[in-house]
Amino acid sequence: MTETLPSAGTVETAAAPRPERFTRAELGWEPWLEPLAADDLTDAHWHGLVERSRVNSDYFRLLVRDPGILHARTKADFDIFHNRAGGLPRAERELAAAATSRVNGCIFCASVHARFAAHYAKAPADVQRLLDDGVDAPQSDRWRAVIAAAAAVTATPSALTADHLRALADTGLDLLGISDVLHSAAFFGWANRLMLSLGEPFGDA
Amino acid sequence: MTTSSDDVIDTLAGITAGSPLDGVRRARPDTRSHAQAGYDELFTAAPAGPSAAERQAVAAFVAVLHAVDPDSDPAAAHYRTLLAATDATLAHRIDRLARAARTTGPYGAYPASTVLAAENTDGLRFTVPGDDRPLLGERLAAALDQAHLLVFRPREAGADDLAALQRAGWAPTEIVTVTQLVGFLAFQLRLVTGLRTLKELV
Repeated sequence: MTETLPSAGTVETAAAPRPERFTRAELGWEPWLEPLAADDLTDAHWHGLVERSRVNSDYFRLLVRDPGILHARTKADFDIFHNRAGGLPRAERELAAAATSRVNGCIFCASVHARFAAHYAKAPADVQRLLDDGVDAPQSDRWRAVIAAAAAVTATPSALTADHLRALADTGLDLLGISDVLHSAAFFGWANRLMLSLGEPFGDA
Repeated sequence: MTTSSDDVIDTLAGITAGSPLDGVRRARPDTRSHAQAGYDELFTAAPAGPSAAERQAVAAFVAVLHAVDPDSDPAAAHYRTLLAATDATLAHRIDRLARAARTTGPYGAYPASTVLAAENTDGLRFTVPGDDRPLLGERLAAALDQAHLLVFRPREAGADDLAALQRAGWAPTEIVTVTQLVGFLAFQLRLVTGLRTLKELV
């Protein structure tokens, strides 16, 4: 962060190394617009953050410039990925998020959710294959169905067909589980666009 | 059609009260209520920052870009109607521009990557044509340029694009809002399409 800004609210980025590949390594993320300062936050901003610890993140202190939509997004995020009342196992919600990020090209989001998927599924090699070789790489039938559905949801316009959903049902997913795949992928259509357009990742990969 | 509430996703996806998909959505109650709260924040709350017309114009544009068939897509019709109630002339212009800007994505080049360069794909680099820019105003034209980039080429979005928005009169907080608006629609429109597809199975 420099003293003089090229134009109001724009951040001069440091010359940190940029990751050149998809990775499960921990990356940083640097904003291109000035986040709010923690000392300047109002009650409305704190409400928007939902979790007070998020004040330590440049990403959330930038997004909290509009606290209302951040609040709604954060509550939906927690429910889509952490609600344990039936449906899709957490590992595969994370897998759908990682696959979506792989298609959109969000190296930062893919790194976070590939780590989660690898951890919850205890399948780092399978997740790494998604990162290295993409969404068409060989996987188990269940993972192929989840990745293919997520990739179809991620296309614009949608490439999703009833066959994608039947393939999920054929691997044993119920209606809520299939809906969870749709929600995880759709939500990362949102998250990827924020991360890709408001800043960039740094760190060796 | 009887929907289970004034829930926009239910309305657009044709989900009726008591149906299997209503039950599935209610099993994720925070998702359901906050998807609606996000819509209310962006489109019906008294907006600070971007005007109602600007928000509705970007939304109408983005909805047509996402539509498999813009003539029959309920979400495209919804956002076009929302904008037409504010400014019918603008709604017509946005619809025309969006239809000309339709393509398939995502595509784009990976910035500064040698390893991923093999995956670079090319596609339409849309900007609002010069003749239309004075009609829309530079501020809205710049927002549509950014919306197209976000919808189809998010991996190419850069700091220069944010600088262009600022030169067109967008303040940093407004840029966050318009980015969230496009992001929210990327989520909402995908859910509507996904749930409509899921309805075929139940």
